[in-house]
Amino acid sequence: MSADTPTLDVRELKTHFFTKAGVARAVDGVSFTVGKGEVVGLVGESGSGKSVTGFSIIGLVDPPGRVVSGEVLYNGQNLLDLSDEGMRKLRGDRIAMIFQDPMMTLNPVLRVDTQMVETIRAHDPSVSKTDALARARDALGQVGIPAPDERLRSYPHQFSGGMRQRVAIAIALLNKPDLIIADEPTTALDVTIQGQILYEAQKLCRETGTSMIWITHDLAVVAGLADKICVMYGGRIVEQGGIDDVLDHPVHPYTRGLLGSVPGHNTRGQRLYQIPGMAPSLLNLPEGCAFQARCPRADSACRVEPEITKPVEGREVRCFHPHLDRNEEVGA
Amino acid sequence: MSLIVFVGVNVVGDPVDMLINPEADQAEIQRVIRDLGLDRPLHEQYLFFVGNALEGDLGKSFIFGESALKLIVQRIPATFELALTALILAVVIGVPLGVYAGMRPTAISSRTIMAGSILGFSLPTFWVGLMMIMVFAVMLGWLPSTGRGDTVEVLGIEVSFLTLDGLSHLLMPALNLALLKISLVIRLARAGTREAMHQDYVKFARAKGLSESRVILVHVLKNIMIPVVTVLGLEFGSLIAFSVVTETVFAWPGMGKLLIDSLHNLDRPIIVAYLMIIVLIFVIINLIVDVLYSVLDPRVRIKDAGQ
Repeated sequence: MSADTPTLDVRELKTHFFTKAGVARAVDGVSFTVGKGEVVGLVGESGSGKSVTGFSIIGLVDPPGRVVSGEVLYNGQNLLDLSDEGMRKLRGDRIAMIFQDPMMTLNPVLRVDTQMVETIRAHDPSVSKTDALARARDALGQVGIPAPDERLRSYPHQFSGGMRQRVAIAIALLNKPDLIIADEPTTALDVTIQGQILYEAQKLCRETGTSMIWITHDLAVVAGLADKICVMYGGRIVEQGGIDDVLDHPVHPYTRGLLGSVPGHNTRGQRLYQIPGMAPSLLNLPEGCAFQARCPRADSACRVEPEITKPVEGREVRCFHPHLDRNEEVGA
Repeated sequence: MSLIVFVGVNVVGDPVDMLINPEADQAEIQRVIRDLGLDRPLHEQYLFFVGNALEGDLGKSFIFGESALKLIVQRIPATFELALTALILAVVIGVPLGVYAGMRPTAISSRTIMAGSILGFSLPTFWVGLMMIMVFAVMLGWLPSTGRGDTVEVLGIEVSFLTLDGLSHLLMPALNLALLKISLVIRLARAGTREAMHQDYVKFARAKGLSESRVILVHVLKNIMIPVVTVLGLEFGSLIAFSVVTETVFAWPGMGKLLIDSLHNLDRPIIVAYLMIIVLIFVIINLIVDVLYSVLDPRVRIKDAGQ
């Protein structure tokens, strides 16, 4: 493993759902990399395939979904070639995941200590129960839970939503993973708690050098947290690049539309921009660019699938008509 | 409750006809009626019964001339043993099959289990019992068809399950009695498993890298046991109360058989006492279920609620 091997390198990943109504191409050729200690924001609206991408990486796609092709290279090793047992050993140990709804992720009938200790012992049965408990207590303290000793003996229903999400994050951190996949972990929380959780997550990543994929539909969250952003639409990444660069100078019409629909200080009193139409059904995506029906710039060229181009250094875009004028006003 | 039972039982039939010699003369009939207290008005009989009941005396059997309570209590261990064995069979057979069917809802093996449970639900108990006797006792000769077999006395209670002979006597009636409950548990466990498998906490447990057996045996099972225990607890009462059919088919000397015999003979005190005891058992079982419920589900524990 050379020094510049990224922690995670996803190449042309395709995950399809074989439903009775037809094949839903939830993830259809997604490629991106996550460097060591890097935070990548995976952004898109509901049904754009961002969560499925996360579950594909960790190998937990529910039937009738299946990863049909592509590579998920973790430190150079393709996870899709691993056996179930090999994947299990990696999950929760090297690659951890945090879920969207903290009210649902913890098992309601098991104590917090049970749920934490089992995570440690599943990967290293030689750890004694006392040591595992000590590690669990430290992890709870790390994510800012007061009186961790007492909290260990509590059941999930005795925690608030924000506290439960902290517990879930603590569980993800237990085995000091190289990569954490966070699937909209702050969406179900109110704004103040959201801020706290983001702060904790950022701090922990910096302290431990853990890489992170932060899946969200909230651009504000990504703006403050991520190093890199991948914008997904219709199962594909339509634009990716450095976070500040993409947010300041979006090139893809969809990214521009998303940014334009965020209320800002300068747009007070004005009508907020809205992307016309609705996200297409994954069951019958149009030929060519998935965004063409809603795109102000679409023409006949867009009926063919656009290839990835690199209009600017460090930027990848799937579009025939990118906004290349860097002085253009966003949302126009 | 006691009033309804007492009146209900006392307006049916005339036990004196059943008790005395058909050739007895009028004087003897009058004597028997007076002895049994049947010459007095019904409300007096009832108050007399209640007064005695408060002192723990539920009356004397017309037939045996012994205390009704004592007669029933003597039979309780047999019925209890039968019901408890049936309950254990229901859990031991029903839960694994139900969880299996819930994990693979579309597999042929699961569909077979579900079809089997429909049979278990719909076939009448007495018919299945008769068929079991025919196949295993008459045709194959593997198992005895009637009675309790050799019993051993443990803490002053006669039990069959500790001797091989007793166990072989116990197996068929217990299975017969359990059949309906097995089907019920299969359905409950399957529905619970199917629901739990889609919950985030199961996915999260997998994301933590737990082995599949730990996910199923701890995370899923502990959740589905809540409804299973609740329902089985309530069903246990009915197992005891209505093992009547099975006990009759297999001539199992329990409370149910005693009840049927007493109904034939219009032995009113025994019928009343039996129903009273069953009510008591139901109340106690419900209490036990509530306690068990709080053991299984931390969310209903009052003690911790304030934290």
